Amino acid sequence: MSGPAPVQQQPTSAWSMYRAIVGIGAFCALIIVTAYQATADRIRENQDRFLAQASAEVLPAATSTVAVKLAGDGSLALASETGELPAFLGYGPDNRLVGAVIAAQGMGYQDNIRVLYAYSFDQDAIVGFKILDSKETPGLGDRVEKEAHFLANFERLDASLDPAGDALANPIVTVKQGQKTEPWQLDGITGATITSEAIGNILNQSASRWVPALEGSAGRFAERSTPEGR
Amino acid sequence: MPGKQLTPTDEFVKGLWRENPVFIQVLGMCPALAVSNTAINALTMGLATTFVLVMSGISVSTLRRFIPREARIVSFICIIATFVTVVDYVIQAVSLELSRALGAFIALIVVNCLILGRAEAFASKNTIGRAVLDALGMGVGFTAALLWIGVLREILGAGTLFGVALFPDGFQTWTVMVLPSGGFLAMALWLLLVNWIRDRQEKSAKAAQGVTR
Repeated sequence: MSGPAPVQQQPTSAWSMYRAIVGIGAFCALIIVTAYQATADRIRENQDRFLAQASAEVLPAATSTVAVKLAGDGSLALASETGELPAFLGYGPDNRLVGAVIAAQGMGYQDNIRVLYAYSFDQDAIVGFKILDSKETPGLGDRVEKEAHFLANFERLDASLDPAGDALANPIVTVKQGQKTEPWQLDGITGATITSEAIGNILNQSASRWVPALEGSAGRFAERSTPEGR
Repeated sequence: MPGKQLTPTDEFVKGLWRENPVFIQVLGMCPALAVSNTAINALTMGLATTFVLVMSGISVSTLRRFIPREARIVSFICIIATFVTVVDYVIQAVSLELSRALGAFIALIVVNCLILGRAEAFASKNTIGRAVLDALGMGVGFTAALLWIGVLREILGAGTLFGVALFPDGFQTWTVMVLPSGGFLAMALWLLLVNWIRDRQEKSAKAAQGVTR
């Protein structure tokens, strides 16, 4: 037995489709831009405050900092303002240089990961690490922020230079969990392989650029002369 | 045949208990289990979802005659994603710590089936007023459910409520409650209680009507 014939719906015209899609897109774009404009200053303030706290966390020996940047020739220069990836030299209470705090970023599993790490001139090593921004998978990739054995990598992660002083003696690499044998290796996380490898790549790329400049210019910035800082 | 039209009050109230999104419809389980480890996280996620529900409900209801049937899902998702972006900016402006604690789950509000479900099943077929009442009711019901789970987990798992210590130093916390498995345990306990109450209510109603099983 056949039922009643289905009602034929008129196909939507191309103009109606374009009008709807473009109209909704413009409506959404307007709302997002308005919200961004309204909150951008406040978010920036919060980020600066968070960055200052994170700097103190990764390099607790520093009581004041000075913003620096990499000049065109690869040397270190003072920076008048901090960009998206700021870098600071950290000074102790006696105004002597104790280390550097550097922000770096790279692609993780889901999105860009932004990290902050501390470099110690005394130890030629990365001695502090913190994730600034990450959208890695909850429960998997985000374990790089919490796993004690992974964070223990940053008690002293070797970043010493080769004899020529223009490159890392050994690239920072992530190895499988439990297989770390060298001080420049990151003990990875099973279940967060891509994210822990991404952290290794981010640190290796950033340290390869920054550590030669820091070591090459350490003498010039050994003592803090400017009064401002955190 | 179209169903009976609810009164505006019923439209709001239905999401609180009779059609509660978490305990009855069992929707939006991902944030309900993942970010309910503390009461403040649960409350923030609930309020953020309520905001997105209400604003997307208003937008979808307003534009319902303008959106062709074939383009409705992509349009609804675009609208929902817009308000999720707005709520993400607002949370970052209020507290970066809170934004970091909620992490990717704020962005994942976009794929909370509760929001797309209300946009498709209700807001696209009703007036703005009814869409707002429905979204508010569902949002408050969702927030309350998350809060109950969060309160239970934080008290038992950390011995605190909204970060305030409730017990003396010797209190042994049930750490499992703030871990992912604690989410399932807390959810199961609340579902047990809610279903028991509903069962009793149904029996009472039938007894009042003189119907026996």
